[in-house]
Amino acid sequence: MAVGTDWQQADRTPLIYDRSHPGRRGVRLPAPDVPAVDEAALLGPSLARTAPLGLPEVAENDVVRHYTALSQMNYGVDTGFYPLGSCTMKYNPKVNEWVAALPGFQRVHPLQPEETVPGLLELLAMMEEILGEISGMDAVTLQPAAGAQGELTGVLLMRALIRARGEERHTLIIPDSAHGTNPATAAMAGYRVAVVPSNVRGGVDLAALRGLVNGDTAGLMLTNPNTLGLFEDEILEIAEVVHQAGGLLYYDGANANAILGEVRPGDMGFDVVHLNLHKTFSTPHGGGGPGSGPVGVKAVLEPFLPGPRLRRAPSGELSWDGDRPQSIGKVRSYYGNVGIVLRALAYILSHGPEGLRDVAHTAVLNANYLRWRLADRFPTRYDRSVMHEFVLTLAGQKERGASALDVAKRLIDYGVYPPTVYFPLVVKEALMVEPTETESKETLDRFADALAAIDKEIDATPEALKTAPHHTPVGRLDEAEAARRPNIRWRAAGGAEGPPGR
Amino acid sequence: MRYIPHTADDRAAMLAALGLSDTGSLFEDIPAAARLGRPLRVPGPLTEMELQAAMRRDAAKNRSTEDLVCFLGGQFYDRFIPSAVGALAGRGEFATSYTPYQPELSQGTLAVIYEFQSMMAGLTGLAAAQASMYDGASAVAEAALLALDTTHRLTVVMDRGVFPESRQVAATYVTARGGRVVVPAADQSLDELLASLAEPPAAVVVQQPDVMGRVRDLRPLAAWAHERGALAIAAADPVALALIEPPGRMGFDVVVGEGQPLGNGLQYGGPTFGFFCVQEALVRRLPGRVVGATHDGSHKRGYVLTLQAREQHIRRERATSNICSNHSLNALQATIYLALLGPEGLREVARLSAAKAHYLVDRLTALPGFARMAPDAPYLFEVALTVPGSVADLNRYLLDRGILGGWDMGRWDPAWAGGWQLAVTEQRTRAELDQLVEAVSTWQ
Repeated sequence: MAVGTDWQQADRTPLIYDRSHPGRRGVRLPAPDVPAVDEAALLGPSLARTAPLGLPEVAENDVVRHYTALSQMNYGVDTGFYPLGSCTMKYNPKVNEWVAALPGFQRVHPLQPEETVPGLLELLAMMEEILGEISGMDAVTLQPAAGAQGELTGVLLMRALIRARGEERHTLIIPDSAHGTNPATAAMAGYRVAVVPSNVRGGVDLAALRGLVNGDTAGLMLTNPNTLGLFEDEILEIAEVVHQAGGLLYYDGANANAILGEVRPGDMGFDVVHLNLHKTFSTPHGGGGPGSGPVGVKAVLEPFLPGPRLRRAPSGELSWDGDRPQSIGKVRSYYGNVGIVLRALAYILSHGPEGLRDVAHTAVLNANYLRWRLADRFPTRYDRSVMHEFVLTLAGQKERGASALDVAKRLIDYGVYPPTVYFPLVVKEALMVEPTETESKETLDRFADALAAIDKEIDATPEALKTAPHHTPVGRLDEAEAARRPNIRWRAAGGAEGPPGR
Repeated sequence: MRYIPHTADDRAAMLAALGLSDTGSLFEDIPAAARLGRPLRVPGPLTEMELQAAMRRDAAKNRSTEDLVCFLGGQFYDRFIPSAVGALAGRGEFATSYTPYQPELSQGTLAVIYEFQSMMAGLTGLAAAQASMYDGASAVAEAALLALDTTHRLTVVMDRGVFPESRQVAATYVTARGGRVVVPAADQSLDELLASLAEPPAAVVVQQPDVMGRVRDLRPLAAWAHERGALAIAAADPVALALIEPPGRMGFDVVVGEGQPLGNGLQYGGPTFGFFCVQEALVRRLPGRVVGATHDGSHKRGYVLTLQAREQHIRRERATSNICSNHSLNALQATIYLALLGPEGLREVARLSAAKAHYLVDRLTALPGFARMAPDAPYLFEVALTVPGSVADLNRYLLDRGILGGWDMGRWDPAWAGGWQLAVTEQRTRAELDQLVEAVSTWQ
């Protein structure tokens, strides 16, 4: 028999339903130690469930083999280099997982009395203070569950302050290079979006910004360094233009890894900031989440933060204060993604002040070194030194017959997760590379060598790119077909209506 | 430093390649006036050994459900989690991967999400599910936004029995969009409020079972909503759905809920996940990520992110939501949990919890002054009682005896002052239930 796991022989990615066999069970529960209830009698015929649950029936060993096999069809930072631009795929330290799993943190109910969780509340208060210091802000809420929710929180805080001043403003200004979440957030909060173009140096066009701001400007949402990996060197002027028009500045912290300990959003003129703990502070991305998006604000915005807030009594004890008459309201249940906050705190404590600054310096050194290694074949559109990431344009490769997507897919054959493709939108055939500080010089050199080899293949063996990747469980998948005829849940063979099984 | 591999020689070689003497010159674009110019005032650095010792000390200051007997609920329950859940979900290939933008390297994550969508759609009795939301509360909020967009109306009616955390988050989201959330007054029923409306709402939102623990026939409400062009939205407990007819089969358009009870730890409230399921006609209005099946060039079945024209990275300000990161890893834990339990196992969890809750409530309500707050409908494993005296007082008395008593519902809503919400899971033993009854009977 051939050596290998199930998927290497199958004609499809396996599903747990494929292993289902009526009567199998993965878990047994203790026999009832109280009189049983008859749910049919309890609920009556109108309320008792008649529909099958639609769950598979498998043994524990089936479950373990199945999800182990699926994990082997996945690629994470633990597997190899993951230079996905704007996502900061740095190494996720194992001790952080150990910390979050301690029973005193993990097995604690959100409604427990404060006096039973003093250790946890102290750490949350410490984290608020630390993130305030790192971002240059006066107050921090840990409640937002992710960066995008932090953005929503932030723009609602801006509106609350503007209203408290007796004004109504309806427009948010967003650069053309911004993350998609920025305009989506603005729209979610009912704002109009005005797009400010990039200038020839890849930054915000200051003259265009001056022309856009007016009495309707609620503020500017900005990522700095921006999605091109470029620091907005006119940031103080930008801040002045927005503030003079009566608007506020929102800092999208997706790229904060580049600036730790060097410069703080609060000192650049920003009024509100969110930080992505799953990017800058090393918590795992989990195949798409959970993240955590704490929001920091200047003192003038503090009264509007979501409640409850931690309050320290004169005796030193911490408790939750829900009395927040000016608050924008809650954005998430309870206190946010506490388990993620603890992992990020463990990361920060591991580094200390010099260590955090070293993170930024090494991330920036790695990005610039890799850009230099690639420069003769893969240009960046803007000839400036970059911060933590850079965006290559493969317009030249495209003319020779290979798209950015082809090159990305071929990189998979070289054992690398491809960089972000076709973003930001302001660069043609964009390949956005963020190496992070936790990758060695050898890894960066290997990546550069792989891209150089692929560039040669474009002319020598173009088919190698067009048919890539070659060694993955599946080849390039038909995404158009998936969208045209959505098949988004499993159904029993024969396509019977409703869920299968019992 | 801890996770940076560079030696001094590496740095020197890289700097030499760039023609630089130090990394400081790479930061020259930052205006001098904005520079920090001093070390950050943060604690550390700690070695791993020091960090473990410090964190163990802080964790030990908390009293966990390992040493307190927990009767707290409110969408977060002290349920049993089989070891295989953590062992599999903790695998680095899952935990340290990003959103599956490159499907060829992400078939594991994508297949799991497809399974998750299938399981949740089946549980809720609806056509489709998406990949996960942050939590139950934000799922309720996003469902309300979906209703505003679908109906072009601005009012969402929310039953007072919807958990307050969800009501509050929904109010934040809906108000942000220019709409409003209307909740029945303390002395008003949902039916009375609906009868008093001048204009039909965008949606009616209810909790099943509700905050009092009541399981109700929701069919008339769905019919009422549909007659008026409104959406019927339910927030449901996923374990209760093992025994009760799912809202999707009672005519509801959207069913959402908090996913913590499915294989996710309490973690002081997060991270867990929210689920979000819809009927067929609303599939293209789902917020967030959706995974679909398709084929590669050699007709091999595989999975991709699909219907992305709804999402922020494509549609920007015209997206259905701004959600980007979701709670995939928590949804993975739920998928593994549900696979381990299967249909019979999940029913047994619900049945066992209900049996223990009824045993407990029968004994408690035999004591003078204890009664169900809403005895007009059946309950399963969470229930609201009135108590003879101060709930805070009772809970303090119980805590001294190692018991996390029920929630003081007056702290959620003044309309529920004097209410004591008890949740009983399959983990509570008869001895623990007797211990609670014993302690309560000696109170006062």
